[in-house]
Amino acid sequence: MKGETIAAISTAMNDAGIGIIRISGEDAFTVADRIYRSKTGRKRLSEQPSHTIHYGYIYDGEQVIDEVLVMLMRGPRSFTAEDTVEINCHGGILAMKKILEAAVKHGARPAEPGEFTKRAFLNGRIDLSQAEAVIDIIHAKNEYALKSSVSQLKGSVHRAVEEIRGEVLYETAYIESALDDPEHISLEGYSERLWEKNSAWKEKLQNLIDSSENGRVIAEGIRTVILGKPNAGKSSLLNLLLGEERAIVTDIPGTTRDILEESIQIDGMSLQLIDTAGIRDTEDIVEQIGVDRAKEYARGADLIIYVVDSSTGLDQNDEEIMNFAADKRMIVLLNKTDLAMVTSEESLKERLPSACVLPVSAKENRGLEQFRKVLKEMFFKGELSFNDQVYITNMRHKAALMEALDSLKQVEESLEMGMQEDFYSIDLMAAYEALGTITGETVGEDLVNEIFGRFCMGK
Amino acid sequence: MKVLEEFIDVAVVGAGHAGCEAALACARMGLSTVVFTVSVESIALMPCNPNIGGSSKGHLVREVDALGGEMGVNIDKTFIQSKMLNESRGPAVHSLRAQADKAEYSRKMRQVLENTDNLQIRQAEVTEILVEEGRITGVKTYSGAVYHCRACVLCTGTYLRARCIYGDVSNATGPNGLQAANYLTDSLKSHGIEMQRFKTGTPARIDRRSIDFSKMEEQFGDERVVPFSFTTDPESVQIDQVSCWLTYTNEETHTIIRENLDRSPLYSGMIEGTGPRYCPSIEDKIVKFSDKKRHQVFIEPEGLYTNEMYIGGMSSSLPEDVQHRMYRTVAGLENARIVRNAYAIEYDCINPRQLKSSLEFKNIRGLFSGGQFNGSSGYEEAAAQGLVAGINAALYVLEKEPLVLDRSECYIGVLIDDLVTKENREPYRMMTSRAEYRLLLRQDNADIRLTEKGYQVGLISEERYRALLEKERQIEAEIRRVEHEPVGANKTVQDFLEKNGSTPLKTGTTLGELIRRPELNYELLKEIDRDRPSLPEAVREQVNINIKYEGYIKRQLKQVEQFKKLEKKKIPEHIDYDQVGSLRIEAVQKLKLYRPESIGQASRIAGVSPADISVLLVYLEQMKGRKHE
Repeated sequence: MKGETIAAISTAMNDAGIGIIRISGEDAFTVADRIYRSKTGRKRLSEQPSHTIHYGYIYDGEQVIDEVLVMLMRGPRSFTAEDTVEINCHGGILAMKKILEAAVKHGARPAEPGEFTKRAFLNGRIDLSQAEAVIDIIHAKNEYALKSSVSQLKGSVHRAVEEIRGEVLYETAYIESALDDPEHISLEGYSERLWEKNSAWKEKLQNLIDSSENGRVIAEGIRTVILGKPNAGKSSLLNLLLGEERAIVTDIPGTTRDILEESIQIDGMSLQLIDTAGIRDTEDIVEQIGVDRAKEYARGADLIIYVVDSSTGLDQNDEEIMNFAADKRMIVLLNKTDLAMVTSEESLKERLPSACVLPVSAKENRGLEQFRKVLKEMFFKGELSFNDQVYITNMRHKAALMEALDSLKQVEESLEMGMQEDFYSIDLMAAYEALGTITGETVGEDLVNEIFGRFCMGK
Repeated sequence: MKVLEEFIDVAVVGAGHAGCEAALACARMGLSTVVFTVSVESIALMPCNPNIGGSSKGHLVREVDALGGEMGVNIDKTFIQSKMLNESRGPAVHSLRAQADKAEYSRKMRQVLENTDNLQIRQAEVTEILVEEGRITGVKTYSGAVYHCRACVLCTGTYLRARCIYGDVSNATGPNGLQAANYLTDSLKSHGIEMQRFKTGTPARIDRRSIDFSKMEEQFGDERVVPFSFTTDPESVQIDQVSCWLTYTNEETHTIIRENLDRSPLYSGMIEGTGPRYCPSIEDKIVKFSDKKRHQVFIEPEGLYTNEMYIGGMSSSLPEDVQHRMYRTVAGLENARIVRNAYAIEYDCINPRQLKSSLEFKNIRGLFSGGQFNGSSGYEEAAAQGLVAGINAALYVLEKEPLVLDRSECYIGVLIDDLVTKENREPYRMMTSRAEYRLLLRQDNADIRLTEKGYQVGLISEERYRALLEKERQIEAEIRRVEHEPVGANKTVQDFLEKNGSTPLKTGTTLGELIRRPELNYELLKEIDRDRPSLPEAVREQVNINIKYEGYIKRQLKQVEQFKKLEKKKIPEHIDYDQVGSLRIEAVQKLKLYRPESIGQASRIAGVSPADISVLLVYLEQMKGRKHE
């Protein structure tokens, strides 16, 4: 445990104003020095006093990633009681990820979920009553996991990983049984068959890994995209659902220029809400990019919430939305029913016969109960499930996938070298185990890791 | 009433393959030992197949030998054919199997027992164990004699309330018509030991003169025999070998079996015990692999001085008349005369979860057990457990720490761990697939893995131990030399490579790198390795394997490292699982039942989830914290 320096993003993974990357462990200062440069370029963080803040830049090689403030805390006067560096950056998922990756490249390893808390606990910074609270949370998670396995709540990542893992196990078992019972199970021509399967697994794993790298960090859940023309009230509705002022709400059409993502829980269902720029024909280039991305997101969505301003008539923009989202599972929220109705429920139903149309008012907080009910019904009837496409969200999962992929590459190498079955079965098992750390079925190296991982991420 | 009373250190109940190893280990470790057997003639009896070793079982024999047990030495003295199996596969699954002269095997083992200091053979049936305050104090025989002892090893094999069955015939005897032991079960139960009923079976023995071998494939032994024991001089085992024969069942055989299934005691419900899935009777095979047109049948001699031939692959409990017809459908057996019928045997054994990894009962101090009594099957599995139970009984008497072998060290460790932590509903058979780290647990390096442990407990002589250290030194030195030995891209080398179908060199390399090429090996490279020292075959083998498979070995070692981390986290013996909040009810029940010794062991119990393990770990951390306060 000692000696290993860990790093993680400690703030929520969203485009908030500020993001914090925390590095903890013996080499925290050394790692920080390798990626930090002061304005003059002469300052070395490891030579600075504890509990001071330093202005500068984070570099990946010769490339600036972000302008930052760096906080230095030497152990034991830190959360983990180890040397800790916290890098405050300008936020944005991409910047945070890049800084984390730079830290990892320069000697830290990605923290397991909850590892900071775990270290705090093991280093005596958290007392026993707090640890007991941890157990209760694990307990709750246990129940939840149990329930979710019978419902459809299991994440899509898990399903994809479990599928590959199941296949790997099957092949391993096949090899093993052939070794023990050569009379009944033949390995004749088996290596060619395995080579093909192995290639398919490798490709799937590579896709999963790539999905974490294309900049779209998406938590698991029902991918729900909110669409609607500008100023229909999408952001206001999102805020109501989230119960906080997340998106900037103004009266100027086109305020939401980028994509906003939030994860919410509605009666146990996990919804990944994606608020999009209002769709309209626009000359503004920045906004046009937002619109294009909204369409792109809508294509990959599990559910579309289409917000219509009932106080105005359906126009060209609405037509466009209805056209490209027609074959999607959709709930239409007829907003602004507090104003005089121009577009009626009936006219929408006629236009979108398979969709569910609900009159609401974001301003007066009306109709949202009905919305939740409809959502729940759809979900439990099985009308709503997850997107087939799978995205990898956290670094730990990514690391496990890469480990599994490496093992499968070893399998391929062994097959190409014509090694016997019992050699590549070692690497098949290693891949199986690595994938198990994602699905929680491998009893990992240090289980305290897992425990603390279960109750909070990255803290 | 006056009865015979004796005071001894260790009582070993049963003199089969487990009992022999247990008794020898205790006596050799200096303790006064008595081994009880219902019949002196049945010491080290092989009531089923006439061979020792085989896939993964050969590993067990080698490990027994490396620890200082007797099985390997004894089969080297009495084998009549020997083969290294799976030679076309990787070194991890190479496994020795030898045909034994059964009578000779038994006789030689008896001779060793009879001539071992501190060891006394006693023909008597043990009917009771004596326990005071949770500790074994003695055993009582059928005649009432009492042997006060400090430790006891139960190796009753298949004799407890044994019943031999074929068709509707049922004999209350042990194997081969030997007397069953009908009383001990009740005594064990009265001390809170949970018993279960297992079954196994054996095929018929057929008169050699009635077999037409011309219709079968002859199976020869290896040209160069490798001995089982690391102490046997390889030259001494290059003997004239006998042959075995291979033939097959056919549709007719299967039809007869199918038509008479209702007369099988297995299907009529007469047999209640659970049989081994991995050693199925011929009727099981027909039912299970119904699409198979034929099954292999091995005809193996039972010894040099008998005409009885063992019909491997056709164990059965069908009625006598069906057996006769069934065997006679097999090519070459058309006129077969059966000497002994095939039969199934049912017997009492324990649920092994009552044992610790040392094979001591969790509830009775000083009481150990091994072999089929623990729910395993096979001579080799029995010997391995008998040896460990014996060593630990002796260590217990000597008040020393027990010898606990884990899954990363040897097949014996896998065997015992599986027995004590897994749900075993049928006789347990060793298989290579059960060993996760089998590339490290090869039959060729059993001595390197275990002989030091055997030396520490006192079963390996100083001389043998020194020889091992020297072997290790030679291996290490040669690996170092070869890894650094430069090879230039000169004509000799290029010609050599071309000749062996290997890509020519572009730049210089090392000998080690060349050994790693799939088409080359250490022996082949001798030709271009001028400074090669003369080394024993066993050393050369290790050098080749260690270099050639270095990458795989390293990766497997990494897996072992992970495994060890959890094994090292010990669970206090008297932990109260009811006090551990948040464990699921099923997990609490299972943990109470198995009482695992480490977190690693707990994680292998069916019904204990990773989340439960997490909870347990946090709880243990807390306990640690409290202790410091």
